[in-house]
Amino acid sequence: MSTTNAGLADIRPGVPVAASAESSAAVAFRTLLVKEMLRFWKVSFQTIAAPVLTSVLYLLVFGHVLEEHVEALPGVSYTSFLVPGLVMMSVLQNAFANSSSSLIQSKIMGSLIFVLLPPFSHWQLFGAYVTAAVVRGVVVGVGVFAITAWFAPPSFAAPLWSLAFAILGAAMLGALGLIAGIWADKFDQLAAFQNFIVMPATFLSGVFYSVHGLPPFWQGVSHFNPFFYMIDGFRYGFFAQSDVNPWISLAVVAGAFAVTCGIALALLARGFKLRN
Amino acid sequence: MTAAIQVSSVTKRYGSLAALDSIDLAVEPGEFFGLLGPNGAGKTTLISIIAGLVRATSGRVAVLGHDVVDDARAARLALGVVPQELAFDPFFTVRETLVFQSGYFGLRANGAWIDEVLENLGLTSKADTNMRALSGGMKRRVLVAQALVHKPPVIVLDEPTAGVDVELRQTLWSFIRRLNREGHTIVLTTHYLEEAQALCQRIAMLKSGRVVALDSTRALLARLAGLQMTLRARGALPPSVLQHRIDERDGAVLLRLSQPSDVAAVLNACAAAGCILDDVEVGRADLEDVFLQITSDPAKRKAA
Repeated sequence: MSTTNAGLADIRPGVPVAASAESSAAVAFRTLLVKEMLRFWKVSFQTIAAPVLTSVLYLLVFGHVLEEHVEALPGVSYTSFLVPGLVMMSVLQNAFANSSSSLIQSKIMGSLIFVLLPPFSHWQLFGAYVTAAVVRGVVVGVGVFAITAWFAPPSFAAPLWSLAFAILGAAMLGALGLIAGIWADKFDQLAAFQNFIVMPATFLSGVFYSVHGLPPFWQGVSHFNPFFYMIDGFRYGFFAQSDVNPWISLAVVAGAFAVTCGIALALLARGFKLRN
Repeated sequence: MTAAIQVSSVTKRYGSLAALDSIDLAVEPGEFFGLLGPNGAGKTTLISIIAGLVRATSGRVAVLGHDVVDDARAARLALGVVPQELAFDPFFTVRETLVFQSGYFGLRANGAWIDEVLENLGLTSKADTNMRALSGGMKRRVLVAQALVHKPPVIVLDEPTAGVDVELRQTLWSFIRRLNREGHTIVLTTHYLEEAQALCQRIAMLKSGRVVALDSTRALLARLAGLQMTLRARGALPPSVLQHRIDERDGAVLLRLSQPSDVAAVLNACAAAGCILDDVEVGRADLEDVFLQITSDPAKRKAA
Protein backbone atom coordinates (compact mmCIF):
# COMPACT_ATOMS: atom_id res chain seq x y z
CA MET A 1 0.00 0.00 0.00
CA SER A 2 1.25 3.45 -0.76
CA THR A 3 1.85 6.18 1.75
CA THR A 4 -0.42 8.61 -0.03
CA ASN A 5 -2.68 9.22 2.92
CA ALA A 6 0.09 9.66 5.45
CA GLY A 7 -0.03 13.01 7.21
CA LEU A 8 -3.05 15.05 6.27
CA ALA A 9 -1.31 18.37 6.75
CA ASP A 10 1.95 17.21 5.26
CA ILE A 11 2.47 19.18 2.11
CA ARG A 12 6.21 19.02 2.05
CA PRO A 13 7.47 18.40 -1.45
CA GLY A 14 8.61 15.03 -2.53
CA VAL A 15 7.17 12.39 -4.71
CA PRO A 16 4.70 10.82 -2.31
CA VAL A 17 3.12 7.99 -4.11
CA ALA A 18 3.03 4.45 -5.15
CA ALA A 19 5.09 1.52 -4.02
CA SER A 20 6.99 1.07 -7.27
CA ALA A 21 7.35 2.69 -10.66
CA GLU A 22 5.57 -0.28 -12.17
CA SER A 23 2.45 0.01 -10.07
CA SER A 24 2.22 3.77 -10.51
CA ALA A 25 2.43 3.27 -14.27
CA ALA A 26 -0.43 0.79 -14.00
CA VAL A 27 -2.48 3.27 -11.98
CA ALA A 28 -1.84 5.97 -14.57
CA PHE A 29 -2.87 3.70 -17.43
CA ARG A 30 -6.00 2.52 -15.67
CA THR A 31 -7.01 6.07 -14.78
CA LEU A 32 -6.72 7.29 -18.36
CA LEU A 33 -8.64 4.25 -19.60
CA VAL A 34 -11.44 4.77 -17.08
CA LYS A 35 -11.59 8.48 -17.93
CA GLU A 36 -11.79 7.72 -21.64
CA MET A 37 -14.59 5.21 -21.06
CA LEU A 38 -16.53 7.54 -18.76
CA ARG A 39 -16.21 10.23 -21.38
CA PHE A 40 -18.43 8.34 -23.80
CA TRP A 41 -20.52 6.69 -21.11
CA LYS A 42 -21.59 10.07 -19.71
CA VAL A 43 -23.02 11.00 -23.09
CA SER A 44 -24.19 7.49 -23.96
CA PHE A 45 -27.40 8.71 -25.52
CA GLN A 46 -25.31 10.25 -28.24
CA THR A 47 -22.43 7.77 -28.34
CA ILE A 48 -24.31 4.48 -27.91
CA ALA A 49 -28.06 4.91 -28.36
CA ALA A 50 -27.79 7.04 -31.51
CA PRO A 51 -25.61 4.64 -33.53
CA VAL A 52 -27.78 1.70 -32.41
CA LEU A 53 -30.86 3.50 -33.74
CA THR A 54 -29.12 4.28 -37.05
CA SER A 55 -28.28 0.62 -37.56
CA VAL A 56 -31.80 -0.49 -36.75
CA LEU A 57 -33.11 1.95 -39.36
CA TYR A 58 -30.73 0.47 -41.95
CA LEU A 59 -31.99 -2.99 -41.10
CA LEU A 60 -35.64 -2.01 -41.30
CA VAL A 61 -35.32 -0.18 -44.60
CA PHE A 62 -32.83 -2.36 -46.49
CA GLY A 63 -34.06 -5.58 -44.95
CA HIS A 64 -37.64 -4.81 -45.92
CA VAL A 65 -36.83 -3.66 -49.45
CA LEU A 66 -34.28 -6.32 -50.37
CA GLU A 67 -35.42 -9.36 -48.39
CA GLU A 68 -37.34 -10.84 -51.35
CA HIS A 69 -34.77 -10.00 -54.02
CA VAL A 70 -31.33 -10.80 -52.69
CA GLU A 71 -29.72 -13.97 -51.45
CA ALA A 72 -26.22 -12.91 -50.58
CA LEU A 73 -25.12 -16.23 -49.12
CA PRO A 74 -26.69 -19.57 -50.01
CA GLY A 75 -29.40 -20.57 -47.54
CA VAL A 76 -29.17 -17.29 -45.56
CA SER A 77 -31.99 -14.73 -45.65
CA TYR A 78 -30.97 -11.17 -46.55
CA THR A 79 -31.97 -9.77 -43.17
CA SER A 80 -29.91 -12.43 -41.40
CA PHE A 81 -27.02 -11.64 -43.73
CA LEU A 82 -27.33 -7.93 -43.03
CA VAL A 83 -27.27 -8.20 -39.22
CA PRO A 84 -23.57 -9.08 -38.78
CA GLY A 85 -22.61 -6.50 -41.41
CA LEU A 86 -24.44 -3.75 -39.55
CA VAL A 87 -23.08 -4.89 -36.19
CA MET A 88 -19.50 -4.82 -37.48
CA MET A 89 -19.99 -1.52 -39.27
CA SER A 90 -21.19 0.02 -35.98
CA VAL A 91 -18.26 -1.49 -34.10
CA LEU A 92 -15.77 -0.02 -36.58
CA GLN A 93 -17.30 3.42 -36.98
CA ASN A 94 -17.75 3.92 -33.26
CA ALA A 95 -14.25 2.74 -32.40
CA PHE A 96 -12.93 5.33 -34.84
CA ALA A 97 -15.26 8.01 -33.56
CA ASN A 98 -14.22 7.44 -29.96
CA SER A 99 -10.49 7.93 -30.15
CA SER A 100 -10.62 10.59 -32.86
CA SER A 101 -13.29 12.75 -31.23
CA SER A 102 -11.74 12.45 -27.78
CA LEU A 103 -8.43 13.72 -29.11
CA ILE A 104 -9.72 16.52 -31.30
CA GLN A 105 -12.07 17.70 -28.56
CA SER A 106 -9.38 17.85 -25.91
CA LYS A 107 -7.03 19.50 -28.41
CA ILE A 108 -9.54 22.23 -29.22
CA MET A 109 -10.72 22.67 -25.62
CA GLY A 110 -7.10 22.78 -24.48
CA SER A 111 -7.67 20.01 -21.95
CA LEU A 112 -5.19 17.72 -23.70
CA ILE A 113 -2.58 19.49 -21.58
CA PHE A 114 -3.78 17.47 -18.56
CA VAL A 115 -2.67 14.32 -20.35
CA LEU A 116 0.53 15.83 -21.74
CA LEU A 117 1.85 17.12 -18.39
CA PRO A 118 1.85 13.80 -16.50
CA PRO A 119 4.55 11.23 -17.21
CA PHE A 120 2.65 9.02 -19.68
CA SER A 121 4.65 6.93 -22.10
CA HIS A 122 3.48 6.70 -25.70
CA TRP A 123 2.53 3.07 -25.06
CA GLN A 124 0.27 4.05 -22.18
CA LEU A 125 -1.46 6.75 -24.21
CA PHE A 126 -1.89 4.40 -27.14
CA GLY A 127 -3.15 1.55 -24.96
CA ALA A 128 -5.70 3.67 -23.09
CA TYR A 129 -7.15 5.44 -26.15
CA VAL A 130 -7.33 2.30 -28.26
CA THR A 131 -8.76 0.12 -25.50
CA ALA A 132 -11.47 2.69 -24.79
CA ALA A 133 -12.22 2.77 -28.53
CA VAL A 134 -12.55 -1.03 -28.60
CA VAL A 135 -14.87 -0.95 -25.59
CA ARG A 136 -17.10 1.70 -27.17
CA GLY A 137 -17.16 -0.20 -30.48
CA VAL A 138 -18.04 -3.47 -28.79
CA VAL A 139 -20.70 -1.90 -26.55
CA VAL A 140 -22.41 -0.32 -29.57
CA GLY A 141 -22.00 -3.57 -31.51
CA VAL A 142 -23.64 -5.56 -28.72
CA GLY A 143 -26.47 -3.01 -28.63
CA VAL A 144 -27.04 -3.24 -32.38
CA PHE A 145 -26.90 -7.02 -32.21
CA ALA A 146 -29.34 -7.25 -29.31
CA ILE A 147 -31.95 -5.25 -31.17
CA THR A 148 -31.43 -6.54 -34.71
CA ALA A 149 -31.37 -10.15 -33.49
CA TRP A 150 -35.01 -9.61 -32.70
CA PHE A 151 -35.72 -9.15 -36.43
CA ALA A 152 -33.68 -12.11 -37.63
CA PRO A 153 -32.92 -15.02 -35.29
CA PRO A 154 -29.14 -15.08 -35.03
CA SER A 155 -26.95 -18.05 -35.73
CA PHE A 156 -23.60 -18.64 -34.06
CA ALA A 157 -21.68 -21.01 -36.26
CA ALA A 158 -18.24 -19.98 -35.01
CA PRO A 159 -18.60 -17.09 -32.51
CA LEU A 160 -14.92 -16.90 -31.57
CA TRP A 161 -14.16 -15.73 -35.09
CA SER A 162 -16.65 -12.92 -34.72
CA LEU A 163 -15.14 -11.91 -31.41
CA ALA A 164 -11.61 -11.93 -32.80
CA PHE A 165 -12.58 -9.81 -35.81
CA ALA A 166 -14.63 -7.40 -33.71
CA ILE A 167 -11.79 -6.73 -31.29
CA LEU A 168 -9.02 -6.60 -33.87
CA GLY A 169 -11.09 -4.48 -36.24
CA ALA A 170 -12.09 -2.08 -33.47
CA ALA A 171 -8.47 -1.83 -32.35
CA MET A 172 -7.38 -0.98 -35.89
CA LEU A 173 -10.07 1.69 -36.19
CA GLY A 174 -9.23 2.98 -32.70
CA ALA A 175 -5.60 3.38 -33.79
CA LEU A 176 -6.71 5.01 -37.05
CA GLY A 177 -8.89 7.40 -35.04
CA LEU A 178 -5.88 8.22 -32.90
CA ILE A 179 -3.86 9.06 -36.01
CA ALA A 180 -6.69 11.19 -37.42
CA GLY A 181 -7.18 12.95 -34.09
CA ILE A 182 -3.47 13.73 -33.80
CA TRP A 183 -3.29 14.96 -37.40
CA ALA A 184 -6.44 17.08 -37.47
CA ASP A 185 -6.36 20.61 -36.09
CA LYS A 186 -10.03 21.34 -36.63
CA PHE A 187 -13.30 19.45 -36.45
CA ASP A 188 -13.90 19.79 -40.20
CA GLN A 189 -10.58 18.13 -41.01
CA LEU A 190 -11.60 15.22 -38.83
CA ALA A 191 -15.04 15.16 -40.45
CA ALA A 192 -13.35 14.99 -43.86
CA PHE A 193 -11.28 12.02 -42.71
CA GLN A 194 -14.43 10.34 -41.44
CA ASN A 195 -16.65 11.14 -44.44
CA PHE A 196 -14.15 10.55 -47.23
CA ILE A 197 -12.15 7.63 -45.88
CA VAL A 198 -13.86 5.76 -43.06
CA MET A 199 -17.46 5.96 -44.29
CA PRO A 200 -16.80 4.90 -47.91
CA ALA A 201 -14.43 2.15 -46.82
CA THR A 202 -16.98 0.67 -44.40
CA PHE A 203 -19.90 1.12 -46.79
CA LEU A 204 -18.07 -0.47 -49.71
CA SER A 205 -16.83 -3.39 -47.66
CA GLY A 206 -19.73 -5.76 -48.17
CA VAL A 207 -21.93 -4.70 -45.27
CA PHE A 208 -24.99 -4.66 -47.53
CA TYR A 209 -23.98 -7.23 -50.14
CA SER A 210 -21.66 -10.12 -50.84
CA VAL A 211 -18.77 -9.07 -53.05
CA HIS A 212 -19.48 -12.18 -55.14
CA GLY A 213 -22.44 -10.25 -56.52
CA LEU A 214 -20.17 -7.46 -57.78
CA PRO A 215 -18.67 -7.15 -61.27
CA PRO A 216 -15.13 -8.62 -61.36
CA PHE A 217 -13.44 -5.21 -61.36
CA TRP A 218 -15.15 -4.08 -58.17
CA GLN A 219 -14.58 -7.49 -56.62
CA GLY A 220 -10.89 -6.92 -57.23
CA VAL A 221 -11.03 -3.42 -55.76
CA SER A 222 -12.81 -4.70 -52.66
CA HIS A 223 -9.90 -7.00 -51.95
CA PHE A 224 -7.70 -3.96 -51.32
CA ASN A 225 -10.06 -2.69 -48.65
CA PRO A 226 -9.13 -3.99 -45.19
CA PHE A 227 -12.67 -3.27 -44.02
CA PHE A 228 -13.91 -5.92 -46.44
CA TYR A 229 -11.89 -8.57 -44.60
CA MET A 230 -13.17 -7.35 -41.23
CA ILE A 231 -16.80 -7.63 -42.28
CA ASP A 232 -16.28 -10.89 -44.13
CA GLY A 233 -14.41 -12.50 -41.25
CA PHE A 234 -16.90 -11.24 -38.69
CA ARG A 235 -19.76 -12.66 -40.73
CA TYR A 236 -17.97 -16.01 -40.97
CA GLY A 237 -18.53 -16.34 -37.23
CA PHE A 238 -22.28 -16.27 -37.83
CA PHE A 239 -22.71 -18.50 -40.85
CA ALA A 240 -19.41 -20.35 -41.25
CA GLN A 241 -19.53 -19.06 -44.84
CA SER A 242 -17.44 -16.28 -46.27
CA ASP A 243 -16.08 -14.78 -49.47
CA VAL A 244 -12.51 -15.25 -48.29
CA ASN A 245 -10.88 -17.85 -46.07
CA PRO A 246 -11.15 -16.40 -42.52
CA TRP A 247 -7.50 -17.09 -41.77
CA ILE A 248 -6.51 -14.92 -44.70
CA SER A 249 -8.91 -12.22 -43.51
CA LEU A 250 -7.49 -12.43 -40.02
CA ALA A 251 -3.96 -12.05 -41.37
CA VAL A 252 -4.96 -9.01 -43.45
CA VAL A 253 -6.75 -7.35 -40.51
CA ALA A 254 -3.84 -8.09 -38.19
CA GLY A 255 -1.49 -6.59 -40.78
CA ALA A 256 -3.64 -3.46 -41.09
CA PHE A 257 -3.70 -3.17 -37.31
CA ALA A 258 0.08 -3.53 -37.13
CA VAL A 259 0.51 -0.71 -39.65
CA THR A 260 -1.88 1.75 -37.95
CA CYS A 261 -0.48 0.74 -34.58
CA GLY A 262 3.05 1.47 -35.75
CA ILE A 263 2.12 4.85 -37.20
CA ALA A 264 0.11 5.90 -34.13
CA LEU A 265 2.90 4.87 -31.74
CA ALA A 266 5.51 6.68 -33.82
CA LEU A 267 3.42 9.87 -33.86
CA LEU A 268 2.87 9.69 -30.09
CA ALA A 269 6.54 8.98 -29.40
CA ARG A 270 7.63 11.92 -31.54
CA GLY A 271 4.95 14.13 -30.05
CA PHE A 272 3.84 15.00 -33.59
CA LYS A 273 1.51 18.03 -33.39
CA LEU A 274 1.20 17.40 -29.65
CA ARG A 275 4.58 18.63 -28.41
CA ASN A 276 5.76 20.96 -31.16
CA MET B 1 23.20 21.58 -4.90
CA THR B 2 20.95 20.60 -7.78
CA ALA B 3 18.93 23.48 -9.15
CA ALA B 4 15.15 23.19 -9.02
CA ILE B 5 15.10 24.28 -12.63
CA GLN B 6 18.23 24.58 -14.75
CA VAL B 7 17.85 26.21 -18.14
CA SER B 8 21.01 25.98 -20.24
CA SER B 9 21.37 27.94 -23.51
CA VAL B 10 17.82 27.20 -24.58
CA THR B 11 16.83 28.48 -28.00
CA LYS B 12 13.45 28.00 -29.62
CA ARG B 13 12.90 28.99 -33.22
CA TYR B 14 9.67 29.08 -35.15
CA GLY B 15 10.92 29.45 -38.70
CA SER B 16 13.14 32.50 -38.68
CA LEU B 17 11.64 33.88 -35.47
CA ALA B 18 13.62 33.15 -32.31
CA ALA B 19 11.01 32.95 -29.56
CA LEU B 20 13.80 32.19 -27.11
CA ASP B 21 17.38 33.15 -27.80
CA SER B 22 19.97 31.28 -25.78
CA ILE B 23 18.34 31.50 -22.37
CA ASP B 24 20.36 30.59 -19.28
CA LEU B 25 18.95 30.62 -15.82
CA ALA B 26 18.83 28.56 -12.67
CA VAL B 27 16.06 28.53 -10.08
CA GLU B 28 17.32 27.38 -6.70
CA PRO B 29 15.39 24.87 -4.58
CA GLY B 30 12.96 26.59 -2.24
CA GLU B 31 13.03 29.84 -4.15
CA PHE B 32 10.07 32.03 -5.05
CA PHE B 33 11.10 33.08 -8.52
CA GLY B 34 9.45 35.59 -10.84
CA LEU B 35 9.53 35.48 -14.61
CA LEU B 36 8.45 38.82 -16.02
CA GLY B 37 8.31 40.38 -19.41
CA PRO B 38 5.97 42.02 -21.87
CA ASN B 39 3.58 39.96 -24.02
CA GLY B 40 5.47 37.92 -26.56
CA ALA B 41 8.70 37.99 -24.55
CA GLY B 42 8.81 34.18 -24.49
CA LYS B 43 7.69 33.46 -20.92
CA THR B 44 5.05 30.90 -21.86
CA THR B 45 7.33 29.28 -24.43
CA LEU B 46 9.98 28.86 -21.75
CA ILE B 47 7.46 27.37 -19.32
CA SER B 48 6.18 25.03 -22.05
CA ILE B 49 9.71 23.78 -22.65
CA ILE B 50 10.24 23.23 -18.92
CA ALA B 51 6.95 21.30 -18.83
CA GLY B 52 7.86 19.19 -21.86
CA LEU B 53 4.95 20.58 -23.89
CA VAL B 54 7.25 22.19 -26.43
CA ARG B 55 10.67 20.99 -27.51
CA ALA B 56 13.58 23.40 -27.54
CA THR B 57 15.39 23.86 -30.84
CA SER B 58 18.64 23.63 -28.87
CA GLY B 59 19.80 23.70 -25.28
CA ARG B 60 18.74 21.70 -22.24
CA VAL B 61 16.37 22.04 -19.33
CA ALA B 62 16.47 19.96 -16.15
CA VAL B 63 13.98 19.85 -13.29
CA LEU B 64 15.69 18.81 -10.05
CA GLY B 65 18.49 17.42 -12.17
CA HIS B 66 16.19 15.40 -14.47
CA ASP B 67 16.46 16.33 -18.12
CA VAL B 68 12.98 17.15 -19.42
CA VAL B 69 13.56 15.17 -22.63
CA ASP B 70 15.85 12.28 -21.71
CA ASP B 71 14.48 11.74 -18.22
CA ALA B 72 11.00 13.09 -18.88
CA ARG B 73 9.24 10.78 -16.45
CA ALA B 74 11.15 11.95 -13.38
CA ALA B 75 11.10 15.58 -14.55
CA ARG B 76 7.32 15.58 -14.97
CA LEU B 77 6.71 13.89 -11.62
CA ALA B 78 8.70 16.69 -9.98
CA LEU B 79 6.80 19.47 -11.72
CA GLY B 80 3.35 20.99 -11.30
CA VAL B 81 2.25 23.46 -13.96
CA VAL B 82 -0.68 25.89 -13.89
CA PRO B 83 -1.21 26.75 -17.55
CA GLN B 84 -2.26 30.18 -18.67
CA GLU B 85 -5.11 29.00 -20.91
CA LEU B 86 -8.33 28.30 -19.07
CA ALA B 87 -8.75 24.66 -20.11
CA PHE B 88 -11.15 22.13 -18.60
CA ASP B 89 -12.77 18.82 -19.40
CA PRO B 90 -16.53 19.45 -19.67
CA PHE B 91 -17.56 15.87 -18.91
CA PHE B 92 -16.53 15.81 -15.28
CA THR B 93 -17.00 17.38 -11.86
CA VAL B 94 -14.26 19.19 -9.96
CA ARG B 95 -13.52 16.17 -7.79
CA GLU B 96 -13.50 13.76 -10.72
CA THR B 97 -11.09 16.08 -12.52
CA LEU B 98 -8.73 16.00 -9.54
CA VAL B 99 -9.03 12.25 -8.98
CA PHE B 100 -8.15 11.65 -12.64
CA GLN B 101 -5.23 14.05 -12.48
CA SER B 102 -3.90 12.21 -9.40
CA GLY B 103 -4.27 8.92 -11.21
CA TYR B 104 -2.33 10.21 -14.21
CA PHE B 105 0.60 10.77 -11.85
CA GLY B 106 0.22 7.22 -10.53
CA LEU B 107 -1.58 8.15 -7.31
CA ARG B 108 -4.40 6.11 -5.85
CA ALA B 109 -6.41 7.04 -2.78
CA ASN B 110 -5.28 10.64 -2.90
CA GLY B 111 -8.60 11.81 -1.42
CA ALA B 112 -7.23 13.38 1.75
CA TRP B 113 -4.81 15.60 -0.13
CA ILE B 114 -7.45 16.45 -2.75
CA ASP B 115 -9.80 17.53 0.06
CA GLU B 116 -7.08 19.71 1.51
CA VAL B 117 -6.28 21.35 -1.81
CA LEU B 118 -10.01 21.97 -2.41
CA GLU B 119 -10.32 23.51 1.04
CA ASN B 120 -7.30 25.75 0.62
CA LEU B 121 -8.48 27.04 -2.73
CA GLY B 122 -12.04 27.64 -1.54
CA LEU B 123 -13.41 24.91 -3.81
CA THR B 124 -14.96 22.56 -1.25
CA SER B 125 -18.52 23.67 -1.95
CA LYS B 126 -17.95 23.19 -5.69
CA ALA B 127 -16.37 19.73 -5.44
CA ASP B 128 -19.32 17.94 -7.03
CA THR B 129 -20.17 20.66 -9.55
CA ASN B 130 -19.60 19.98 -13.22
CA MET B 131 -16.66 21.92 -14.64
CA ARG B 132 -18.93 23.50 -17.24
CA ALA B 133 -21.01 25.17 -14.53
CA LEU B 134 -18.08 26.98 -12.90
CA SER B 135 -17.26 30.65 -13.34
CA GLY B 136 -13.95 31.63 -14.91
CA GLY B 137 -12.37 32.34 -11.53
CA MET B 138 -13.48 28.97 -10.17
CA LYS B 139 -12.11 27.18 -13.24
CA ARG B 140 -8.81 28.96 -12.63
CA ARG B 141 -8.77 27.60 -9.06
CA VAL B 142 -9.31 24.08 -10.39
CA LEU B 143 -6.33 24.56 -12.71
CA VAL B 144 -4.21 25.40 -9.69
CA ALA B 145 -5.58 22.38 -7.82
CA GLN B 146 -4.80 20.11 -10.76
CA ALA B 147 -1.19 21.26 -10.73
CA LEU B 148 -0.88 20.41 -7.04
CA VAL B 149 -2.50 16.95 -6.85
CA HIS B 150 0.83 15.12 -6.91
CA LYS B 151 2.53 17.47 -4.42
CA PRO B 152 5.18 18.51 -6.92
CA PRO B 153 8.38 19.92 -5.37
CA VAL B 154 8.55 22.49 -8.19
CA ILE B 155 5.45 24.51 -9.06
CA VAL B 156 5.19 26.77 -12.10
CA LEU B 157 2.31 29.21 -12.36
CA ASP B 158 1.79 30.95 -15.69
CA GLU B 159 -0.26 34.08 -14.99
CA PRO B 160 -2.47 32.38 -12.40
CA THR B 161 -4.21 35.60 -11.43
CA ALA B 162 -5.02 36.91 -14.91
CA GLY B 163 -8.63 38.07 -14.86
CA VAL B 164 -9.19 36.83 -11.35
CA ASP B 165 -10.95 38.67 -8.52
CA VAL B 166 -9.17 40.08 -5.49
CA GLU B 167 -10.50 37.37 -3.18
CA LEU B 168 -8.98 34.54 -5.20
CA ARG B 169 -5.71 36.38 -5.52
CA GLN B 170 -5.52 36.64 -1.73
CA THR B 171 -6.54 33.00 -1.19
CA LEU B 172 -4.19 31.77 -3.87
CA TRP B 173 -1.18 33.71 -2.66
CA SER B 174 -1.57 32.70 0.94
CA PHE B 175 -1.72 29.04 -0.15
CA ILE B 176 1.21 29.36 -2.55
CA ARG B 177 3.23 31.18 0.12
CA ARG B 178 2.54 28.35 2.51
CA LEU B 179 3.66 25.79 -0.07
CA ASN B 180 6.82 27.84 -0.56
CA ARG B 181 7.46 27.92 3.22
CA GLU B 182 7.05 24.15 3.28
CA GLY B 183 9.87 23.86 0.78
CA HIS B 184 8.20 23.90 -2.64
CA THR B 185 9.99 25.91 -5.29
CA ILE B 186 7.68 28.40 -6.97
CA VAL B 187 8.09 29.99 -10.39
CA LEU B 188 5.59 32.67 -11.24
CA THR B 189 4.77 34.77 -14.25
CA THR B 190 2.36 37.62 -13.74
CA HIS B 191 1.25 40.88 -15.24
CA TYR B 192 0.69 42.34 -11.78
CA LEU B 193 4.10 43.67 -10.90
CA GLU B 194 3.11 44.47 -7.36
CA GLU B 195 2.44 40.75 -6.93
CA ALA B 196 5.89 39.87 -8.17
CA GLN B 197 7.44 42.55 -5.97
CA ALA B 198 5.61 41.28 -2.89
CA LEU B 199 6.17 37.56 -3.50
CA CYS B 200 9.32 36.89 -5.48
CA GLN B 201 12.79 36.72 -4.01
CA ARG B 202 14.43 36.75 -7.40
CA ILE B 203 13.26 37.93 -10.77
CA ALA B 204 14.25 37.30 -14.37
CA MET B 205 13.03 39.77 -16.94
CA LEU B 206 12.57 38.54 -20.47
CA LYS B 207 12.33 40.64 -23.56
CA SER B 208 12.18 39.37 -27.13
CA GLY B 209 13.36 35.94 -26.08
CA ARG B 210 16.35 37.13 -24.06
CA VAL B 211 17.02 37.51 -20.35
CA VAL B 212 17.54 41.25 -19.90
CA ALA B 213 17.77 41.22 -16.11
CA LEU B 214 18.26 38.50 -13.54
CA ASP B 215 18.69 39.54 -9.96
CA SER B 216 17.13 39.59 -6.52
CA THR B 217 14.03 41.71 -6.30
CA ARG B 218 15.79 43.94 -3.80
CA ALA B 219 18.80 44.49 -6.06
CA LEU B 220 16.55 45.24 -9.02
CA LEU B 221 14.72 47.86 -6.99
CA ALA B 222 18.04 49.30 -5.81
CA ARG B 223 18.96 49.96 -9.42
CA LEU B 224 16.49 52.79 -9.27
CA ALA B 225 17.60 53.89 -5.86
CA GLY B 226 16.46 57.11 -4.37
CA LEU B 227 13.14 58.86 -4.61
CA GLN B 228 10.76 59.79 -7.33
CA MET B 229 9.09 63.16 -7.14
CA THR B 230 6.23 64.33 -9.29
CA LEU B 231 5.59 68.07 -9.61
CA ARG B 232 2.70 69.91 -11.17
CA ALA B 233 3.66 73.57 -11.37
CA ARG B 234 2.54 76.85 -12.89
CA GLY B 235 5.43 78.78 -14.39
CA ALA B 236 8.83 77.55 -15.62
CA LEU B 237 10.79 75.28 -13.32
CA PRO B 238 14.33 76.52 -12.56
CA PRO B 239 17.29 74.65 -14.16
CA SER B 240 18.43 73.33 -10.77
CA VAL B 241 15.15 71.40 -10.61
CA LEU B 242 15.04 70.35 -14.24
CA GLN B 243 18.43 68.63 -13.96
CA HIS B 244 16.67 65.87 -12.01
CA ARG B 245 13.98 65.45 -14.63
CA ILE B 246 13.52 61.93 -16.00
CA ASP B 247 10.09 62.11 -17.58
CA GLU B 248 7.04 64.24 -18.19
CA ARG B 249 3.50 62.90 -18.04
CA ASP B 250 0.26 64.82 -18.58
CA GLY B 251 1.84 68.15 -17.71
CA ALA B 252 3.52 66.77 -14.57
CA VAL B 253 7.28 66.55 -14.30
CA LEU B 254 8.86 63.40 -12.91
CA LEU B 255 12.15 63.85 -11.03
CA ARG B 256 14.60 61.32 -9.65
CA LEU B 257 16.31 62.42 -6.46
CA SER B 258 19.23 60.64 -4.85
CA GLN B 259 18.45 61.57 -1.24
CA PRO B 260 15.60 62.88 0.91
CA SER B 261 17.33 66.24 1.49
CA ASP B 262 17.01 66.93 -2.25
CA VAL B 263 13.25 67.27 -1.71
CA ALA B 264 13.71 70.40 0.33
CA ALA B 265 16.21 71.80 -2.18
CA VAL B 266 13.73 71.32 -5.04
CA LEU B 267 10.91 72.96 -3.11
CA ASN B 268 13.10 75.90 -2.14
CA ALA B 269 14.32 76.36 -5.70
CA CYS B 270 10.73 76.41 -6.96
CA ALA B 271 9.71 78.97 -4.35
CA ALA B 272 12.74 81.15 -5.20
CA ALA B 273 11.87 81.00 -8.91
CA GLY B 274 8.28 82.01 -8.18
CA CYS B 275 6.75 78.72 -9.34
CA ILE B 276 3.37 77.91 -7.88
CA LEU B 277 3.06 74.18 -7.12
CA ASP B 278 -0.38 72.68 -7.69
CA ASP B 279 0.60 69.17 -6.73
CA VAL B 280 3.60 67.35 -5.25
CA GLU B 281 4.06 63.63 -4.80
CA VAL B 282 7.10 61.83 -3.39
CA GLY B 283 7.58 58.04 -3.51
CA ARG B 284 10.02 55.20 -3.96
CA ALA B 285 10.71 53.53 -7.30
CA ASP B 286 8.74 50.32 -7.64
CA LEU B 287 9.19 47.25 -9.78
CA GLU B 288 7.08 48.78 -12.49
CA ASP B 289 9.59 51.58 -12.96
CA VAL B 290 12.44 49.07 -13.07
CA PHE B 291 10.50 46.96 -15.50
CA LEU B 292 9.77 49.89 -17.78
CA GLN B 293 13.33 51.06 -17.64
CA ILE B 294 14.77 47.65 -18.49
CA THR B 295 12.27 46.50 -21.06
CA SER B 296 11.64 49.75 -22.88
CA ASP B 297 13.56 50.52 -26.02
CA PRO B 298 16.79 52.39 -25.05
CA ALA B 299 16.53 54.70 -28.08
CA LYS B 300 13.02 55.70 -27.13
CA ARG B 301 14.06 56.21 -23.53
CA LYS B 302 16.73 58.67 -24.53
CA ALA B 303 14.31 60.58 -26.71
CA ALA B 304 11.76 60.93 -23.92
